[in-house]
Amino acid sequence: MGAEVFDRVKSRLAAREEEASLVHGILVVNLAPGAVREAAGRLRELGFDMFLDVTAVDWPGREPRFDVVWHFYSTTDFVRVRLKARVPEASPVVPSLTALYGSAAFMERECHEMYGIGFEGNADLRPLLLYEGFVGHPLRKDYPKEAEQPLVPYRD
Amino acid sequence: MAAQPIPNPVRPAFAPGERDDTVVVSIGPSHPATHGTIQIFAELDGERVVRADVHCGYLHRGFEKECEAHTWHNCIPYMDRLNYCSPLINDFAYCETVERLMQVEVPRRAVVLRTLLSEYSRLTDHITCIAASLMELGAMTAFLYLVMIRDYMYEHIAALTGARVTHSFGRIGGLARDLPPGWLERLEEILVQADDFVGRVHGLVDRNRIFIDRMRDVGVLTQKDAISYGYTGPMLRSTGVARDLRKDTPYLCYAELDFEVPVGIKGDNYDRYYVRMREMDESVHMIRQCVDLLEPGPVITADRRCALPDKQAVYGEIESLINHFKLVMEGPRVPAGEIYHAHEAANGELGFYLVSTGEGNPYKVHCRAPSFVHMGGAHLMLEGYQLADLVPTFGSINMIGGECDR
Repeated sequence: MGAEVFDRVKSRLAAREEEASLVHGILVVNLAPGAVREAAGRLRELGFDMFLDVTAVDWPGREPRFDVVWHFYSTTDFVRVRLKARVPEASPVVPSLTALYGSAAFMERECHEMYGIGFEGNADLRPLLLYEGFVGHPLRKDYPKEAEQPLVPYRD
Repeated sequence: MAAQPIPNPVRPAFAPGERDDTVVVSIGPSHPATHGTIQIFAELDGERVVRADVHCGYLHRGFEKECEAHTWHNCIPYMDRLNYCSPLINDFAYCETVERLMQVEVPRRAVVLRTLLSEYSRLTDHITCIAASLMELGAMTAFLYLVMIRDYMYEHIAALTGARVTHSFGRIGGLARDLPPGWLERLEEILVQADDFVGRVHGLVDRNRIFIDRMRDVGVLTQKDAISYGYTGPMLRSTGVARDLRKDTPYLCYAELDFEVPVGIKGDNYDRYYVRMREMDESVHMIRQCVDLLEPGPVITADRRCALPDKQAVYGEIESLINHFKLVMEGPRVPAGEIYHAHEAANGELGFYLVSTGEGNPYKVHCRAPSFVHMGGAHLMLEGYQLADLVPTFGSINMIGGECDR
């Protein structure tokens, strides 16, 4: 069941063979950041109607520094596809998927505040789990776990 | 000294005063009608909600950041605190994801017990959701019936795990311990009572005029919106989409069980109530099947890469002592790689995206929490309805702050 869906996805998304591989039952496709929007559109045509998740992985010292990771699920074929794109620290921007999937709005807000990834086309990137005025991106590896930014000053 | 004004931590999507015929009210973050710390900005035209802006994050505690500083094992107690209404499902979902990354074989008895306990947790979760939302509509008797049963279950799970709510019972490779004597007999007693009291709740509210008026055609979610906004679990099924990971991508021993996937028709509050009630029947049916499937055997793998050696051996021989020390101090070495694996939790798809670099600590733990995703589309179910409808609608979403805000 899954194999033929994966073949279809591979042929429509990946230009070269080494860009797509099967990892723990999920088809992983590596893309350039600019190609994500188009790839997601094609995935939706292929029946991947549910956008599960977007997050990032921080690899300090590596260039480009961030992996942005999207997960899609097909409610007809019961398989998942992962898209991955590398973005540099200097301009960590990827296209937004809000026009394709309603769920993208909230998840991109979270990824934006946690990793500082910009989502071009998402006009509402207000803080969601954090608060207005929070400085930095807590899930980046160089953000110290112990750092405190209290909104109300501590009493002596 | 004059107190400094505290800056507003939240910026609503729409400002008060944009229109002169509406009022913007802020509901929450600590409000009796919102179980869970959440803030809803509602723009009201009379009693009708025109726009709603939902803010979560008041329970954010840096769960994902904290996991990166702990060994794979030490993360397990944090998992309990994601959805504290059904902590065992979180435990097992996380453990199974790590096991798949490590390619550890879990003993048969542990697999069946995990299935049994997952369904038991689903019961307590659905009971909590239904009891709380009924209470908010004034159905106090139904609330007390259900939480009484839930308390029997909590006490019963405590007899197994040692804690009422935060069990930390999963282990990478199996379970913490086997069932105590007499546990299955008591389980059957509780299931019989649960059936009885769930039946009484059906009798109390199903055809109750007040209940139907508050629930039917209120908070309607369409199928298209539900899929577009990533809804899963009872929320998605209430709109008529029969998607359930237990059926579609079977894990644990769900493939061997006989059960149905109940669906709703309209996706309104009433359907969400009814789907949960029907799922409880299915869970009871599955638990009984799991009891029949149970065979004697170990409940944790013998794989020394992740499972602690027997305590007697730790005291008696140097290899086991070192093994124990390494596993506790450095953590199990999980092969480098990344994985996404999901379980059907009580609220929907609970997925873990883990990245390992081969160390004893996770490089990244990301939790795809159903409640968080559901909050992203909550405004769809609030807008256009009365302000008072916010209470049953929000109750039927069953937002759990622990997993939503992480």
